[in-house]
Amino acid sequence: MNTTVRSIPDRLRSPFEQRLKSWESLLLLVAIAIFVANSFASPYFLNAWNLSDATFNFTEKAMIAFAMALLIISGEIDLSVAAIIALASTAMGAAAQMGVGTPGLVFIGLNVGLLCGAFNGILVTGMGLPSIVVTIGTMSLFRGISFIVLGDQAYGGYPASFSYFGQGYVWWVISFEFVLFAIIAVIYAVLLHKTNFGRAVYAIGNNPMGAMFSGIRVQRVKFILFLLTGLMSGIAAVCLTARLGSTRPSIATGWELEIVTMVVLGGVSILGGSGTIVGVVIAAFVMGLVTFGLGLLNVPGIVMSIVIGGLLIGVIALPRLWTMWRSR
Amino acid sequence: MLKRLITSREALLVGAIGLLLILISTRFSGFAAPSNLANVFNDTSPLILLAIGQMIVILTKCIDLSVAANLALTGMVVSMINVAMPGLPIIFIVAIAIGLGAVLGMFNGILVWKLQIPPIVVTLGTMTIFRGMIFLLSDGKWVNSHEMSPAFKAFPRAEVLGLPVLSWIAILAVIVFSIVMTRTTLGRAFYAAGGNPHAATYAGINVGKTQFWAFTISGALAGLTGYLWVSRFAVAYVDIAGGFELDVVAACVIGGVSIMGGIGTVAGALLGALFLGIIKNALPVVDISPFWQLAISGGAIIIAVILNAQANRKKGRIILKQAEQAS
Repeated sequence: MNTTVRSIPDRLRSPFEQRLKSWESLLLLVAIAIFVANSFASPYFLNAWNLSDATFNFTEKAMIAFAMALLIISGEIDLSVAAIIALASTAMGAAAQMGVGTPGLVFIGLNVGLLCGAFNGILVTGMGLPSIVVTIGTMSLFRGISFIVLGDQAYGGYPASFSYFGQGYVWWVISFEFVLFAIIAVIYAVLLHKTNFGRAVYAIGNNPMGAMFSGIRVQRVKFILFLLTGLMSGIAAVCLTARLGSTRPSIATGWELEIVTMVVLGGVSILGGSGTIVGVVIAAFVMGLVTFGLGLLNVPGIVMSIVIGGLLIGVIALPRLWTMWRSR
Repeated sequence: MLKRLITSREALLVGAIGLLLILISTRFSGFAAPSNLANVFNDTSPLILLAIGQMIVILTKCIDLSVAANLALTGMVVSMINVAMPGLPIIFIVAIAIGLGAVLGMFNGILVWKLQIPPIVVTLGTMTIFRGMIFLLSDGKWVNSHEMSPAFKAFPRAEVLGLPVLSWIAILAVIVFSIVMTRTTLGRAFYAAGGNPHAATYAGINVGKTQFWAFTISGALAGLTGYLWVSRFAVAYVDIAGGFELDVVAACVIGGVSIMGGIGTVAGALLGALFLGIIKNALPVVDISPFWQLAISGGAIIIAVILNAQANRKKGRIILKQAEQAS
């Protein structure tokens, strides 16, 4: 293999050109292409209500994906998110059986999420354990608790007002979940790109030692990120439970994979240190449109998972193949 | 020093397993009978086979989450071959299973070696792709007991010297890989590549290639287990062994295999698998709902990983060190 000769460019690329060639704009093109392809493939696609339904494919997952993006940028990962949804949903179901009202249910859902996030955070930052194994362990543990509580049963009977979080519409076809998704996206974009905390997340991901020596409390930042991921899983659990109206221990199975795929597809480096919230937002739309479009064409769910698995590997493999081919 | 730490770890596990058996015996005295223990071992054999492969992968700082999907895909393929050609001798079926499993493992290995994609991403992806391929191949249908030929089903159950072939294969794998890991250059390369990739590179070991072989071995063992699984349970469908990859990782972590690479033994993986296998078989006997099993393995993973970190910290090992070869 040749060693690549690096030369210093005469001038930097203009910001506009940079933006044009970025991962996000490529992704946006893909999203538009899928949208156009879908509208040709199925006559039912271009319908305001159908498109509104399509957003439910990704809003809950995307809420978690924002927090997961920060966590992955900082060099950690949380594979227990789907299991947290199951546990939070089970807790809400048990509370609903005892007659707890809607505000209480939401409170319980969010707090179970926070507690699970704190548990992961303590194990990873407090005891210095690798997050992959810890969260594989807690993934079995959290979902396992749901299975112990529920077995082969299901919880139902949520209060009528509770269903607003999953089935309510703010205005015309704009659902409550979609509005929540948009608000959370803006909050995370500001948090990551406009605050000291966000800079610290990038710094930790690029060089944890360097970050520590420049005065960033690395472990504390990571702990907060685990808390946020837990909280987001709790919020997603509220929305999903309200939308389905019932709780089974197998709820949201395999979501951790889709959420990690969404984050990686959005251009976040799995090795940490780089990525944007805009990328994750577009990736959420791409995945939502792909699954919805394939669903309209009667493609079974398990075949869609091939597409998602292929996307996950493909989006990382293709740029690397491209650079290998270029450097030849 | 290192040797003593590792041996004490395995001694600890043997002690824990002994204690577990005594505890179960107080509730149900027949559990520790030799014939029942042989049954438990036989039942745990698939887990032992996969745990050995997973241990080798983890030694090289990787992880293979696609083993259960690989097992299911290979199992489906060989049972469909058996349905199409009932006369095909079992030896060919076994060869096809090992070969196909190895090819699937090589696919993971190539992506990790040549494209340097993080193993967790590769195997999360291939996990779903393999499962989806089973659906495409089988059209979601089951291959049932009556469609399989008698010879196909009889092989893992055939008794040799009082133990079923399935158990003997697990024992054979433990012996073969104990020798490979301790007495061959490839075995040493696995430890070196994970223990310190930089030093391994300077010592003339191709780290990426070593990881490739680790994935190939893991895949081949998963393929072999795939055939044994479908023939033993006499059914093949999309979701067989769903979530089993977590049990496999759990067995390794409980067996003292360090997820940071470079530390672990075949004996440890064997004991870790047996520990989980005994719990799984004991739960129904002592009247605990099988729904407890997932939470127990989760708890066991967490406790084991804490213990591992404690044991490694004594040696002054840097836990939070980034994977150098990845950047």
